[in-house]
Amino acid sequence: MENAAQFFLLLMLSPLVTGVIRTLKARLQTRRGPGILQLYRDLQKLFSKGMVIPETASWIFTVTPWIVFFSTILAGLMIPMVAAEAPLGLFGGVLAVIYLLGLGRFFLALSGMDTGSSFGGLGSSREMTISALAEPAMMLAIFTVAIGAGSTGLTEIAGTAIGQSWRFLAPSQMFAFAALSLVLIAETGRIPVDNPDTHLELTMIHEAMILEYSGPYLALLEWAASIKQLVLMTLLINCFWPFGLQPTWFGFGAVEGICWLLGKLLLLSCAIVLLETVNAKMRLFRVPELLAVAFTLGSLALISTFLF
Amino acid sequence: MRGVFPVIAELFLSGIVVWLAGAAASLALWRQPATARRVACGAALAGSLLDFAASSAALFSANPVFIGLPFGNPAFTCAVRLDPLSAFFSVTLAALASAVSLYSFGYLRCMEGRRNLGAFGFFFNLLLLSVALVFTASNAFFFLVAWEVMALVAYCLVSFEHEKKKARDAGVLFLIMSHAGTGLLLIAFLVLASACGSLDFSSFHLLASRLTPVQQGTVFLLFFFGFGVKAGVVPLHIWVPDAHPVSPSNVSALMSGIVLKTGIYGMARVFFDFYGTPPIWMGTVVLALGVASALLGVLYALMEHDLKRLLAWHSIENIGIILIGFGAALMFRALGQANLAALALIAGLYHTFNHAMFKGLLFMGAGSVVEATHTRNMEKMGGLIRRMPVTALCFLVGAVAISGLPPLNGFVSEWLTYQALLAGFGTTQSLTRLMFPIAGSLLALTAALAAACFVKAFAIPFLALPRSPEAADAREASFTMRAGMTTLAVGCIALGLGATWFVPVFDPITQQTLGVRSSSALVIAHGWALSPGRPHGGTISLAGMALFFLVAGAAFALPLALRWRRRTVRGPAWDCGLPGLTADNEYTATAFSKPLRMIFSALYRPRREIQAEYEVSPYYPSSIRFESEIEHPFEQRLYNPLRDRIMAAANRMKGIQAGSINLYLAYIFITLILLLLFGVRG
Repeated sequence: MENAAQFFLLLMLSPLVTGVIRTLKARLQTRRGPGILQLYRDLQKLFSKGMVIPETASWIFTVTPWIVFFSTILAGLMIPMVAAEAPLGLFGGVLAVIYLLGLGRFFLALSGMDTGSSFGGLGSSREMTISALAEPAMMLAIFTVAIGAGSTGLTEIAGTAIGQSWRFLAPSQMFAFAALSLVLIAETGRIPVDNPDTHLELTMIHEAMILEYSGPYLALLEWAASIKQLVLMTLLINCFWPFGLQPTWFGFGAVEGICWLLGKLLLLSCAIVLLETVNAKMRLFRVPELLAVAFTLGSLALISTFLF
Repeated sequence: MRGVFPVIAELFLSGIVVWLAGAAASLALWRQPATARRVACGAALAGSLLDFAASSAALFSANPVFIGLPFGNPAFTCAVRLDPLSAFFSVTLAALASAVSLYSFGYLRCMEGRRNLGAFGFFFNLLLLSVALVFTASNAFFFLVAWEVMALVAYCLVSFEHEKKKARDAGVLFLIMSHAGTGLLLIAFLVLASACGSLDFSSFHLLASRLTPVQQGTVFLLFFFGFGVKAGVVPLHIWVPDAHPVSPSNVSALMSGIVLKTGIYGMARVFFDFYGTPPIWMGTVVLALGVASALLGVLYALMEHDLKRLLAWHSIENIGIILIGFGAALMFRALGQANLAALALIAGLYHTFNHAMFKGLLFMGAGSVVEATHTRNMEKMGGLIRRMPVTALCFLVGAVAISGLPPLNGFVSEWLTYQALLAGFGTTQSLTRLMFPIAGSLLALTAALAAACFVKAFAIPFLALPRSPEAADAREASFTMRAGMTTLAVGCIALGLGATWFVPVFDPITQQTLGVRSSSALVIAHGWALSPGRPHGGTISLAGMALFFLVAGAAFALPLALRWRRRTVRGPAWDCGLPGLTADNEYTATAFSKPLRMIFSALYRPRREIQAEYEVSPYYPSSIRFESEIEHPFEQRLYNPLRDRIMAAANRMKGIQAGSINLYLAYIFITLILLLLFGVRG
């Protein structure tokens, strides 16, 4: 039951979050923007269209969208969104979430190479490089959080955070939060690491891998990317600001919980938009420096767990 | 010798006999290659299955199974003992060897008439036999005999294609490194034997901890580096990337899957059987070198375009991951945390078994590909997924497993390792505890880089368009080769999904070495999920994940995919308006790893050279030559100077070897007098 509810929430809410971020960004750049419901319309249009699959592509190309989509959903079911208990918490905790997203990325990179076009290989190569470099920082931040909770289960991590509501102000938590935020930017392909709105050959990463997809499969991948963003944002906010997490999914509490979630997501979206607008995209070979900063922050987080 | 013992002993002995008979028969039949091949592979398979039955029964038998062999003399007995630790490694050997033997039926066919298959079958069976005896030898003497036989046989197999200079050089390097390691082991065993007056392993139990601290440390380092050579621990790894690629691929699968594990077995035996509570610095040394091996292994693998060399570097990486588990277990033991030590030991041993499965699988896949395309260079492959569908699928399973991605087996052991490292942070107040999270974050980097490397290792050979005529005409591997690969692919899947059934296998081992049984704490939720052994510590359920994928696939993906199929057309990929894409437009392996080569340039120190020739304008080159090379610091900075010193010293000593018989008689005479003097005075 909780599974179905959270499944539905992931599917339905994620395009809205993407839409809000795009619209806010447009407003900040004094543009009107396409409207917050645009991704729903895009998905609907793409699902009703036909597909062109490259002649060079193999079955890897056709199974990839499904693997990416379902592994992202499964990761999303392992995190607490509205109720403090993650619906599929038994299946895995924070490590499983990261590795499931890694599974999706592995296949996405393969399908980028499968088409035989240079763009796909370019995207795959960059995506795997950046995600690998983001990994140590992420793991340090996760270790900090998990050591505090004594667990890698997200239900327990959120539970510990609920027990001490103002704990996110502790230095270790602040550093871990900052490190994870930088990793989130790299993982979701946002400025200054990647630009989700561009199709310029020299700069694109995620878009280069999915360049040959069209129709329903493109819709699945766009949707999965949007769900992944929601999953990582929710992971970040519910590990550090667990306000408003409900004891169960049922009854009036769920409405309250969803409102809290939306509020927190809006706050984080504003921060992301602000960061995207005031920064320019980095040159690819400057990105390791950013991730080195994240790694330093992660180390500081870890050291502050026993210094303070 | 009551109850089930005689059965186990008989099964084990008949396995040994079958291997011996297979070796002898295939040598005798060397003039009939087809028969020799069938006899050799049949004997190897039968022996492996018998060994599998014996050692898996021994793993669960209440007391160690002791079998005296009918040769040797009273001073140096030849006997084997199947205690849980030996039985576990023996099971690993048997599981891998049966799949590789099956594969060899088809793989060796292409060598018929070109090579002496009788000799090959002889060495192949002897290798299995010697490895089995290394794992089960019950005293130091017999262990070293089996160890030497294994090294010599492995040398013959590495240099089997002896007309190639590379194969000969790799064999010699292996032999030198191996013997240097054996020398260290010999000293260490002699120290232990002199302390207790016996060569039997059972009398070494907990012995090392009773030595003086200096002796303890020396013995530990001798054993660690002695076994580390065989395991391929950085900086003793240099023979691995040379020896694995040049041997026939079924041998590579065994070398990487199990011969490296003899080093791991030795370490497990010494660290957890001979030592009681080792000082903590030993654990930190093992952990630190484990992390270094893991990271350097994968970083050099990324730069490799020779498919088999790439896999060989990954063996170093995986040995590193195993040692992270072992190092953590040693540290926990020093800190008095038996349950955590058990968790870390299980993580290391689980990864040992996993690595045997997926690395065997990948080397066999590489063997099929190399046989089909006649090259080991990935840049000349491509598009093989269409020509070799089964090989491609099996290789993909191996690639996902070795990258540690769920729901396959690599993820389970890496997850257990992370859990051990995570729990380690709270076990001590000293700064050593920072090692655990740092090791964890570098393990994460290693795993992510391994995923990047295997995107390359799968995508370049198997996907997109063929890059050479040979790749375009490649033919699928024969039935037995596919059967061998499929067996291990199924093993990788089963060890992932059935992790909760596999974990109780470690109970006898942790009971034997650490005195705890932890499977009841590790396996929770009616066998559905694994936990790190403490309540609310986090869980994973790979069977659950697989179930989710299956249900989602059957309920949504399949019907929708079938519906969308009607609206699908095939078209050319976007070619930027050029006249069609060719294989020349594809991303190459070199290009794929370019960003990492630039980011880690301080380590690689890449050198490149580009020469373009043009006739009219520099914008229209008629031919381009590109050369790129990276530095291997251990060889260039450490081993080359060392080799030069040794050669120089040998040159200087050449003077005493003048070739005259009178001089040699004089040497003997002088030695005799010196010895007599020594004897009289002492």
